[in-house]
Order: sequence, then C-alpha cells, then structure tokens
Amino acid sequence: MQASIPSIVGQMIVFAIFVWFTMKFVWPPITKALDERQKRIADGLAAAEKGQKALLEASKSGDETLKSARTQAQDIVAAANKQATQMVEQARADAEAEKARIVAAGHAEVVRELTQAKDSLRKQVGELAIAGASKILKREINAGAHAELLTDLAAKV
Amino acid sequence: MSAESGAAKTPAEYVSHHLMHLTSNHDAGFVTMSNWHIDTLFFSTVLGLIFLTAFRMAAVRVTSGVPGKLQNFVEVIIEFVDNSVKDSFRGDRSFIAPFALTIFCWVFLWNCMDLVPVDLLPLFGEHVLGLHALRVVPSADMSATFALSLSVFFFIFWYSFKSKGVVGFGKEFLFHPFGPKLLPFNIILNTVEYLAKPLSLALRLFGNLYAGELIFILIALLPWWAQVIPGMGWMIFHILVVTLQAFIFMTLTIVYLSMANENHDDAEHH
Repeated sequence: MQASIPSIVGQMIVFAIFVWFTMKFVWPPITKALDERQKRIADGLAAAEKGQKALLEASKSGDETLKSARTQAQDIVAAANKQATQMVEQARADAEAEKARIVAAGHAEVVRELTQAKDSLRKQVGELAIAGASKILKREINAGAHAELLTDLAAKV
Repeated sequence: MSAESGAAKTPAEYVSHHLMHLTSNHDAGFVTMSNWHIDTLFFSTVLGLIFLTAFRMAAVRVTSGVPGKLQNFVEVIIEFVDNSVKDSFRGDRSFIAPFALTIFCWVFLWNCMDLVPVDLLPLFGEHVLGLHALRVVPSADMSATFALSLSVFFFIFWYSFKSKGVVGFGKEFLFHPFGPKLLPFNIILNTVEYLAKPLSLALRLFGNLYAGELIFILIALLPWWAQVIPGMGWMIFHILVVTLQAFIFMTLTIVYLSMANENHDDAEHH
C-alpha cells in the first residue's frame, strides 16, 4: 500500500485528457442525436394527432356532402316527377283540344253537307215541281221568261 | 492457480506479493515522490482508452433514427449520467456532464478489473513478461483514486470561484457558518469540510476495492475445492460493489460540484 505522487500527477493528466476528449468528441454528438430523436418523436406524435383530426374533419365534411347530395337528388327526382305529371296533363289537355277540334270540324262538315244536300234536293224538288206543273199546264214554259219565277220558287222550297 | 504460486511461497509472502505494485524503483515508503506505479498507470490508461474508443465509435456512427446496439448501450449510459447531473446541477452542463460520464465509466472499468481472477494477469506478467509484481485493479491503488478526487477537488474550487467570485468565496470561507466573530472556528470547520471531500471520495473507493481484492487473494489461498463457493459469492457481491462504487463516486462528484456552483449569497439575504 503506497501512494505515489508522480503516479497521482500522471493519472490526473491522463484523466484531464480523457475528460477533454469526452467533452469534445463523445458527449456533444450523442446528446445532439438524442435531442434530435426526441424532437422527431414529438413532431411525429403531433403530426399523427393532426392527421387524426384532419381525418375526422374530412369524414365529417364527407358526410355532409353526402347528405346534401342526397337532398339534392331527392329534389331533382321530385322536380322530375312534377314535370312528368305536368307533361302528361299538358298532353292530355292537348289531346282533348285536338279531339274537340276534330269533332267540331266533322260536325261542321256534316252540317255543310247537309245544307248542300238540302239545297240540291230543294232545287231538284223545284225542278220536279216545275216539270210537274208544266206537265199539268201542258204547255211549255219558257225557261227564259220564267227563270225568275223558277228561281224564286226554288228558293221558297 | 493459488496452489502453483502458493507452493513456493508462504501465505504471508503470497499476500504481500500480491499487494506490491509494479514500480519504477524500490522505494517502499507510504508516500513516495519518486516511485511510479507503472501497473496502475498502464491499466487505467488502457481501460480509459477502451471506454473512449467504444464511446467515440458510437459517437461517430450516431444517428437520430433507429440506433444500433452499441449506440443504444451508450445512449442509456449517457442519459443516465445526464439525468443524474440534471437532477442536482443548475447551469451549463457542457463540462460537468462529460466529466461525470468519464468518472463513472472509468471507475467502473477500473473496478471491473477486480473481477479478473487475481492470479491470472500477475502470473502472466511474471512468467511471460518477467515482471516482479503486478496489480491490475487501478482503483485498489490510492494513486489512482486520489488522482480523481484531487481533480474533483480542483473543480470544486473552480466552480466556487466562478459562481461566487474569489472575494465571495473568501468571505464564505472566513465568515460561514458562525459569523465574523468566530473567524478561527469558521476557518477550521471549512478547512475540514473541504478536505473531507477529496479524502472521503478517494478513500471510499480505494478502501472498497482494496478490501475486495484482498478477500479475493485470501480466497485464492484456500484449497481449490473450497474456493468455489466463497469465490462465487464474493464475485457476485462484487458485481454490485463495482457498479455501486462507480455510481457513488460519480454522484458525489456531481453533488460536490453542484454545491460549489450554487451561490449562497442569494439565500443569505432572505
């Protein structure tokens, strides 16, 4: 058991060199890396939280969009239904009008033809009456002299 | 191992031979001015270089991404030391933390040499290298432990001067804790207090490891079949001592430097 002064001094010098080396070349890079990793982990956690929040928001806005789309679709369908009904009504109304028009036209035709037939019939009856009368009178009626009479007669029949 | 070397020597010779340093000359005084402890210097320097190499390798390849095994190991130690320092030291840690780390790792490796079988390296030294004596545990040599504690002692003053100024330190040394009227008592008390720090630091480590080494030497004197149980028991106990003493040395260093770094002037005026 011995304390050696030169050894103590030598050891202290060695120790000083070791401490200097540790302080310069060992401690700073490793603690720097530790701090960096700590920061990266913190950033990562923050980013994850942010992502989760964004996801929540996105799903919420997606739901809203879906909902509004559904409402819109319902509106469109309703509008389409209404329009279809209107179109059918319109078509029906048009058809009714056309029908009425055709019927009226037919009716007018019938009336016209009836009048025509009546006229021609009256004329024939007038002629027939004149022929009968002339036969009865047994004398020839001057068509020229009596044209006025005949026409008058035909109009009266 | 003991049988071989013990056969030629009496137990007393065997023990005292084991407690002799590999020295530069044969000065046998308790305190020597001329005798170099070559073994202590050699082993402590080699162990220190092992520590620095391992940590420097980790520092060179360091990454803030996924660490490798060496980096992981180094990071655990560095964070442990850094947290120990953070707990008690207020201020810039760029010196004290590496200082504490060097102390912890170096002392730990010194102490680990106690776990090498006591006769292994001395026999190798004697028969292969022709060394007359060899002690492999640097912390079982007062020269090594005092070198550390005196360095700590120096930095206690360094931090005291830095935080209080030379005048403030002088005032505290002369007037504390009893006031200016009891100046001689203050001086005595403070001197004892300051001297106790390096002495207790160095002697605690030295005493523990010296005693540990001695017990291993005594166990080695037993017949080979009787060595297993006590040798194993002491070895397992010593694993604890090795770590604990390194930790205590580091912690006390941090505590002493933290105390030195605190400015008592503020507390005084309250």
